[in-house]
Amino acid sequence: MEKHISSQFDADLTSVSSRVLELGGLVESQTRQAVYALARFSMEAADQVIATEKQVNTLEVEIDAELATIIARRQPTARDLRLLMAISKITGNLERAGDEAERIARMVKKILEHGSPRNLPSSELRIAADLASGLLRKALDAFARLDVNTALVILKEDDLIDAEFNGFVRKLITYMMEDPRTISASLDLLFVAKAIERIGDHAKNIAEFVIYVVKGADVRHTALTEIEKAVQ
Amino acid sequence: MPNSSSLPLKNAIEIRNLNFFYGTFKGLKNVNLDIAENKVTAFIGPSGCGKSTLLRTLNRMYSLYPGQRAEGQINFYGQNILDAKQDLNLLRARVGMVFQKPTPFPMSIYDNIAFGIRLYENLNRADMDERVEWALSKAAIWNEVKDKLGQSGLSLSGGQQQRLCIARSVAVKPSVILLDEPTSALDPISTAKVEELVSELKKDYTVAIVTHNMQQAARVSDFTAYMYLGELMEFGHTEQIFMKPARQETEDYITGRFG
Repeated sequence: MEKHISSQFDADLTSVSSRVLELGGLVESQTRQAVYALARFSMEAADQVIATEKQVNTLEVEIDAELATIIARRQPTARDLRLLMAISKITGNLERAGDEAERIARMVKKILEHGSPRNLPSSELRIAADLASGLLRKALDAFARLDVNTALVILKEDDLIDAEFNGFVRKLITYMMEDPRTISASLDLLFVAKAIERIGDHAKNIAEFVIYVVKGADVRHTALTEIEKAVQ
Repeated sequence: MPNSSSLPLKNAIEIRNLNFFYGTFKGLKNVNLDIAENKVTAFIGPSGCGKSTLLRTLNRMYSLYPGQRAEGQINFYGQNILDAKQDLNLLRARVGMVFQKPTPFPMSIYDNIAFGIRLYENLNRADMDERVEWALSKAAIWNEVKDKLGQSGLSLSGGQQQRLCIARSVAVKPSVILLDEPTSALDPISTAKVEELVSELKKDYTVAIVTHNMQQAARVSDFTAYMYLGELMEFGHTEQIFMKPARQETEDYITGRFG
């Protein structure tokens, strides 16, 4: 991308983009720790996820302020405008992905506090959880490089998480039918599974905004085949 | 390239294969463009790109200068105004123009408006009064000048002078109004008033505006034409030009990556 005549404008855009990546890094590590907390039933990891939340919120607010300043000062158009719109949306998605990680951490704590977590199929959530945190990392990578091909891969992989989620729900139902005493803990795990699935959705949204920045096509709520046509 | 001819709009002006020469220098290169009726069409581009030149062909303002000539066709409601038989006074009554610097005549506010009308029509005093008020109201300046119609047009502020000039061109009931950087000499409040006026004017008139201020083009126009080195680079709906231009050159210009 050619540089602007105003080097300060370039510097502003670079600065706000790197702060988004900083936020992305925080949320990604929150997600990974939440997954770890779930796999190992680690109270410490869960606490760390919750502690990071404040930082994420602060960063979100700061990025929004920077965006508003750039828009007010520069009246961006075309690709610049699309980038700023996308950053605003990506920031929102990251913050919400962070909330989901926090939700997982809180559930892990709750399950731990109620004893005997190991009778539950929590380990089966790991595949989906790894997929989701991997997807988030890839989405940030696609944004950093404005890479449409990676974005497309993410859109495809999100379907895998959805499939894992559905499979897991079926398993939980079996558990609950076999032993009604697990119902309470199973419901907690259901919320965890849902949170993982939502993180995948946020990664997918981020990927869609990468396509929007580069191609100018708004591909939200669009079938994958249509999206592939639009980005050609 | 997107072209307004594909849209279900009536065209006031259809420019076909237009070339323009300043002596031997070619100022416009094979321009094809439709200007839709009752819409605002903006021309943007760097200095010397030909946007003012193009605007000046639309009422043959260039004919005032020797050595300048246009080739091709400019069909104004089907009639080629480049035709040698074209009555220029009639053309300029139907295609009015407002310039960068306000150019009120050194006469009263009333006479600034009445002067042009008298060239084309013979109105009695009452009808003339009515027409002057109508024109000044159209240009959103009536309330500011109604109590001082006898004062010199030059006594007004820059922004008021510019609206007076717009009233003057409206007074002879043209069908097209050409605005050549109408706000570049005005402060932001006056600029906003003129822009508001442009949106009002398009209900009754077809407007073509040349502007250096891209945000102004984005604010006031329905269609935007980007010109560079005498060529029409891209033409389309203003939204499309400013959100997702088709050409890299357009994108570089409107995002400030030019040069």
